[in-house]
Parts: sequence; structure tokens; C-alpha cells
Amino acid sequence: MSRHRELGLTDSEYELIVEKLGREPNAVELAMFSLLWSEHCAYKHSRKLLRRLPTEGPRVVMGPGENAGAVDVGSGYAVAFKVESHNHPSAVEPFQGAATGVGGILRDVFAIGARPIAVLDSLRFGELDSVRSRHLLDGAVRGIGHYGNSIGVPTVGGEVYFEEPYEHNCLVNAMCIGFAKTADMVRAAAAGVGNAVVLMGASTGRDGIGGASVLASAELGEGDDAKRPTVQIGDPFEESKVLECCLELLAKGLLVSLQDLGAAGLTSSAGEMASAGGVGIDIDVAAVPLREADMEPFEIMVSESQERMLGVVEPAKVDEVRAICDKWQTGSAQIGVVTDSGHIRILKAGQVVGDMPVEALVDGCPLYDLAPAAPAAWIYGNRATLPTDADSATTLLALLAAPSIASKKWIFQQYDALVGSRTVRRPETADAAVLQLPEAGNAIAVSIDGNGRKVACEPFNGTVEAVLECTQNLACVGAEPLGLTNCLNFGNPEKPVPAWQLDRAVSGLAAACEELGVPVVGGNVSLYNEGPDGPIYPTPVVAMVGELPDPARTAPSAFAKEGDAIGLLGPFAPTLHGAELTKQRGELEAGLPKPDVAAVAAACATVREAVRAGRVASAHDVSDGGLACALAECAIGAGIGCRADLQELRERGCTPEEALFGEGPGGFVLSGERGELEALGARVIGQVGGTTIELAAGDRSLIVGLGDATEAWRSLDARAESVAEPPADA
Amino acid sequence: MIWGVLQFPGSCDERDALHACEVVGGEARLIWHEDRDLGGVDGVVVPGGFSFGDYLRAGAIARFSPAMEAVAEHAAAGGPVLGICNGFQVLCEAGLLPGALLRNEELRFICKQADLVALPQHPAVDGPETGHIGRFSAHRPEGADGGRTLSIPLKHGEGRYYAPDDLLDALEAKGQVAYRYAEGHNVNGSVRDIAGVRSERGNVVGLMPHPEHAVDPLTGSTDGRQVFEALERYA
Repeated sequence: MSRHRELGLTDSEYELIVEKLGREPNAVELAMFSLLWSEHCAYKHSRKLLRRLPTEGPRVVMGPGENAGAVDVGSGYAVAFKVESHNHPSAVEPFQGAATGVGGILRDVFAIGARPIAVLDSLRFGELDSVRSRHLLDGAVRGIGHYGNSIGVPTVGGEVYFEEPYEHNCLVNAMCIGFAKTADMVRAAAAGVGNAVVLMGASTGRDGIGGASVLASAELGEGDDAKRPTVQIGDPFEESKVLECCLELLAKGLLVSLQDLGAAGLTSSAGEMASAGGVGIDIDVAAVPLREADMEPFEIMVSESQERMLGVVEPAKVDEVRAICDKWQTGSAQIGVVTDSGHIRILKAGQVVGDMPVEALVDGCPLYDLAPAAPAAWIYGNRATLPTDADSATTLLALLAAPSIASKKWIFQQYDALVGSRTVRRPETADAAVLQLPEAGNAIAVSIDGNGRKVACEPFNGTVEAVLECTQNLACVGAEPLGLTNCLNFGNPEKPVPAWQLDRAVSGLAAACEELGVPVVGGNVSLYNEGPDGPIYPTPVVAMVGELPDPARTAPSAFAKEGDAIGLLGPFAPTLHGAELTKQRGELEAGLPKPDVAAVAAACATVREAVRAGRVASAHDVSDGGLACALAECAIGAGIGCRADLQELRERGCTPEEALFGEGPGGFVLSGERGELEALGARVIGQVGGTTIELAAGDRSLIVGLGDATEAWRSLDARAESVAEPPADA
Repeated sequence: MIWGVLQFPGSCDERDALHACEVVGGEARLIWHEDRDLGGVDGVVVPGGFSFGDYLRAGAIARFSPAMEAVAEHAAAGGPVLGICNGFQVLCEAGLLPGALLRNEELRFICKQADLVALPQHPAVDGPETGHIGRFSAHRPEGADGGRTLSIPLKHGEGRYYAPDDLLDALEAKGQVAYRYAEGHNVNGSVRDIAGVRSERGNVVGLMPHPEHAVDPLTGSTDGRQVFEALERYA
């Protein structure tokens, strides 16, 4: 009875498997069950919660359950997108962990017949002064760049936060955007009894065995080194060939269906294809091309070797499919056949070595209710790095230099942001990435957001804020949301506090999406993100794709020219709850105000229309570091100073400090002609010009030289570059 | 003018190059690396990317492809050939251009907009006014060495141009340095700020920055068009 526990199954789950099979599983079957019944594959602690999310909308082409979600962008085209975590592998080996995270999400997108056109990343590390964090940052950034650059998909945006609770459990969430003719997209359901099952791409080795269940479904603790062999190794060149090969096969109509091999390898791909199609599949492991000849059947079935795809092909077309695989110099082998048995059967040279009902294997895992309990107080630490009595100018410089706020040029400069010729707004030039779609005659904008610190303060409101932040970013470039995807990164759901965080966050996500009318078209869940000191900040990362009619009409974040008026628009009511300033003072505590979603949505609509009409010269949302940082960012980006009076916020009941550095949703900094800004309903608070940033806020007024502000904001470049060797204990 | 754009397994920027050729007023088609026949195209682009995964050495495998044999013949006959980034590496590996590309000085991939100075073919003999650098002559040259500054993005991990000193002296004497990074823009440590070189005859040009990503004002600049246009006279 102990083998199943080593594989992560509980005694009662094991008993259920015995009951469903009517006998004890053999070693092959047990290995396959343990993976498909892992948290990573079965979502057994989250699936019930996810039913709360709104998933329908007029523009939804593919929703949850497919390899990626997709929305209609008009003219017969669709945009597919998905975000997925690769946290645990990246915490063990950041380069390969992040690289294969990108590789995996690309496969999800081209599996539905969409050509990947962009990658974005959401990363979380411990504080930058930690050697481990810099090592993980360096490895993850190199890994993302290695894979994305080599395969010719631009990395156009992303976000990074550095917070103590991620010290031992970094987050690497990769997002891919794909573009397809809607009519050419393909689903992953196996169909047609007698059709061939063809494995394409790389050969199968021992790498990544048990990666999904071992790494992503339990906490990492002492002795992580033993898990190193479970990290997969990526080969972007192989993926590039498989990608082009699969798109050619689909364009020629040679595939009935297509599925990528990700977590749990062949087991999961074959199982899910059979389940979706209501059929059975026989697989002959002796037909699988191997890297090591002596691999056991169970190893072949659970290997997570990268760059593999599984296709269902009509028998008469197998030769043509294999010829195209040969053309692209990538592997292909017919390894199985679609049956009407409703079973997954594993054969080796004619002998049955495993036989399981698809229903039991894929959909039989019990789903669990959580036992949430709110914590009595703030459960995370506090570390003061800025004296409470620091003057406003010092404070502004400290905030601009905060690694989570400072320019991420050091990171994005290592990524090809241009290949594909769609990138209208390069990183850090606008609030969202903008990609032109000449084929459809319009453009899309993409943003990915999720401030875990705010969610830690209050999971419901914090998650609503993440959705609003994303919506505001799209509004700044004139885009209207079409759909949302997410990656829910949380701690151990079997513990009451992470369970409560997850439960509240999903409710917040559902409420915000419902009120905004934005459908959730897909998602991913990563649980058990904990270190020795407890769970990570609860981190729901949300990503939205929006549409804009004219790629030439997208506002930059930075001010445009000297003399322009500066306007503040939106229901911005900043507080210090969960703010970067509060973090730096070591005064974080539970609690976050409830956002007014409808009011923020109305402000977004105003900004969106103004940007589309060319009525503003720049648009930037107020985010981390508050209005002072937002204004400074607009000035630094332009290389021009500004003067502003924050009296407007003081009239809303804010203290001078809250007016400067307080955070909250709903604020936009616009620039342009005074009359236009006023006509939009913005309050004109200042003017672009000069070589200083001068902000009037009563007794906390400040003047900072543009050069000093720029230096602080650019300081990440030098600090991140001081990458030391890996920490001694890693 | 009909351009052929080579496609190897692992090429990344071939579709961008096709588009750029069309923007500058030509027709363009892909040429598969196994094709020994270029199909009568007037000019060839060897595009950017990671041909054959850059395994062994960037460009070291692609140079042996049948299409490259055809490109060598096309170049020997005086036809225009433009190698961009990985394509530049392939042309160097194939011996169609002098020198080699090494890993960036800071050992990181870098993607950014850069200023390049386009240099005339024979500065000592024919000034830019004589038209020897194609349509560049239509513009007033800028800079002390008679070049014109272009804003074009670069993105590579192995773009540090290298050649021994005596070879460099010879290249400079013969006007074979085609593009130099403007002051402050040599991000990879290239020797003598060299971003691109040309063959002695001038019909084969390779550069690390990506002119095919600089043909649309929406995505950056349009200066890259001039790099294509400069080769048209060899067709």
C-alpha cells in the first residue's frame, strides 16, 4: 500500500481506483492514475471553485476545457491565449524551468491550430537583495529569452514583483497569444474508430518523469536536489520544427485532431483526447521512438520529454503526414489506434500491460471541498527599509527604485520583442502591449497583471483590483477587453488559510468579470506554492486580450510634449493599504477597500474612446507607488519634467501622503490639450515641462530633479546584473 | 525585382523579410533550404533566426544546405545577396563574407533600436555622390566618413563582429565595411564598431541589425528600406 503514497495518492483515492478497476492496478496503471489524479492534472482542489467563473460571451470562440481559450477578432479571425505556471520546475532549475514553461504554453496554442504571435510573462521572486532571487531571476529571464527568441515568437510584455514570500517559491507564469483563421482551428477530441494515433516531434526519454505530480502537487522542502531529474529540458529548435510541421499539417487538412504533450506526457494527452471524443485508444509503447532503449512501459507513458505532439490521422493519410514530418526533420511514429472500447490500453509487442476505463482515468478523480478559514491577522512578515519620517522627495526616489516599480529594461532587453512585425508598442512604451493584425484590419492589446501583496491584504478585493488594473491598462491603449485568462498561484489548499485565500480570490475574479462583462476563456491553477516560512502571497495572475480598431491610435504612457496639460481622470481614491510605501515602512496589515467596479469601468470607457479618437497625447494608469510614481514615470519616459498640484485628491479626503503615494484602482494620468482633458471630465492638475518633478501636496510637497528620478527608476539594471553564482544551498 | 528568401528549419524572420521585400516594391517568395535551384529570383535574402538551432555554431550547418550552393553561384555571378543576423552568420560561415560573429561581449541576448552609419562602397575613390551606394546617394550624407545614419533594431546573442587586424585594414581600404554602429550604439563589442560588411564586389551584404523590422512606421522606423534598396542595382 505504500507505493501509491509515494506517488502522491491518498489511501482513499487508491481504494477508489481499485473499485473502479475491479482489481489492484499494476505498476503501469498506478503510475498513470497517480499523474492524472494529481492536483496539477485533475484540479481536484479547485475545480468546484472554478465553476463560479463566467465563461460565456458573444466573442468567445473556445472556452475552458480546450488547450487554449480563443476570442473572435473579426473578419473570420480569432485570437487564442492561455497562461500557465511553471513555478516548481523554475524554483529547482530556473533556466530550464522557465524555458520549458514557454515551450509548453506555445504548444497549447498551436495545438488548436493558431500560430503563436506573442509571449508575455508574469514573474515573482524574493527580494532582489537575496542572492537566490537574483540567481532565479537571471536563470528565468535567460530561459524565457532562450526559448522565445530561438523559436521566433516575440516576448512583448509582462510583469515582475519582488517580495519576500516568493523567496523559496518563485513564480514563472508564461502566456502565449496565437492567431488563426477561426475556420481552421481544431479541437483536441479523438474521433473516428480505426484512425491512427501519431506521435510527432522529439523522441521520448527519461526526463521529467513524474514532473507534474511530484513537483507541482506538493510543497518543496528540504532535499529538493533529489527532484532535479524531474525538471524537463527544452529544445526550442525541435519545437520550431514541430510548430511549423503541425501548422502545415492542419493547413492541408491532414489531422482529425491535435493535442500537445505536457504534464503527464502521453498519459494525459491520450487520456484527454479519448475522454473528449468519447472513444478509447490503444497505445503500443514499443512503437514510441525512445532516447534510451531500456525504458519501462510506465516510463514511456509518463515521460514529460518536451516538444512532442499527438495527432489523430485517418489511416489513408498517415504516409502523407509522416512525409511532412520528414520534410521538417522531426520525428513521427504511429503509436496507436482509436478504438470504441472506452478504455486506454497500453500494449507492448502485442501484450497488454495496462487497461483502464478512460472515464475512471481522466474524470474519475474525486473533487474536494476546501476547508477555508480566514487568518486572525496578517500572516506574512514585515520588513522596514524606509524610515517613517523620510521626506517626500526621498520617498519618491525610494519608490521609483523599488525593484517591483523600477524599469524592467534589463529584463525585456533580453527578449526579441519584434519578430513577426506585429509589435506596435514595445515594452515600457505603453501600458499594454499592442499587436497589429493586418489580416483582420485591426489590432489587439494584451496585459498581464496581479499584485499578490494586495491579494494577501484581502483576497476578494485584491483580485478585483488585479482585474481592474488589467482593464485600465487596455483602456490606456484604446482597447476593449474581449476575454480573460488567469493563472491562480496559491499555497497548499489543504491548509485553511491558503484555502480561504483561494476561495475568496476566485469569488473576486468571478464578481469582477461578471460586472465588467468579460468572459473567462481559460485558466490554470498552481497550488502548493509554499516555502519553509509558509505560503506565497496568494497570486491570481490575470491576463486580458482587448481589441482596438486602429493600431495607429494607441496612446503612449509617457508625456508627449512640453506645455501639455496633465489631467487626472477616474474614481481614484488612494489609500496606503497594501501600498509599496506601506511595504517599505514595514507596516503591512490585513485589509483592502472594496473597489467600485462600475465606476472604474465607466472611466475605462472614457479613456478608451478618447485614445481611439486621438484626443489625448498620453495615457497611463495609476498603479504601484501611487500618483507620484505614475507622474514620475510619464515624465521619465518623455525626458521632460512636470508640475502638478494634488489638491484634487485632498478634496476627496486623502491626506497629502495618500495623495502622493497611496494606491487604488480607477486613476488615469492623461496629457494633452487642456480643453480636451476637461471635456473628458478629467481634472487638470498640472503641466508638462521643465527638468524637475514638482508635486504640491500641502506639507508633503516635493521637488525631485528629473535626472535623479530617472537614475532611481533605472537602478534595476545595475542591481540585477550583479548576478552571483547560484546560492550555496541550491 | 523578385526576391527569394531562404527558409531553413529554425529560421525566424523569413516572413518578416518577405513582407519587407514587398514593402520596398518587389515580389518575394520563400526558397526551401533543400532546393538547389533559386527559381530565377533576382536577389536573395538569407534571413534571421536560429537555423538548425544554431547548433555547433551559428550558421555552421545552414551553410552546407543545397540552397546555399545556389546562393554562392548567384553571388559569384554578381547577383545581390542580403544576409540579416543569422543570415549574416551563414554568409560568413559560407565564406561569402569575411570575418565571424562571436557571442556578445556581455554574454547576453540584446534587443534594442540602434543607430547605424551606412558607408559608401569605395569612400576613397567614389564619394557617395557618385551613386555607388544605391539610393543612399539621393540623400545628403551625414557624418565625417560620408555615411548616413539609419535607425534599425538589433536582436542577437552572437553579434560581435570579429576579424584579424590585417583583414580589417584591408576591408576598410576596399570599402567593405558597409555598416558601422554609431557612437554609443555598439552594444555587442564588435571590433571597430562594425555592424555589417560587403563583398569586394559589393553585391553580397551582411549585417547584424534587422532592416526587415524597420519598414513600417507603426512598428518602429522605415530606415530599413534603404538597406534593401541599396542592393537593387545589382539585380
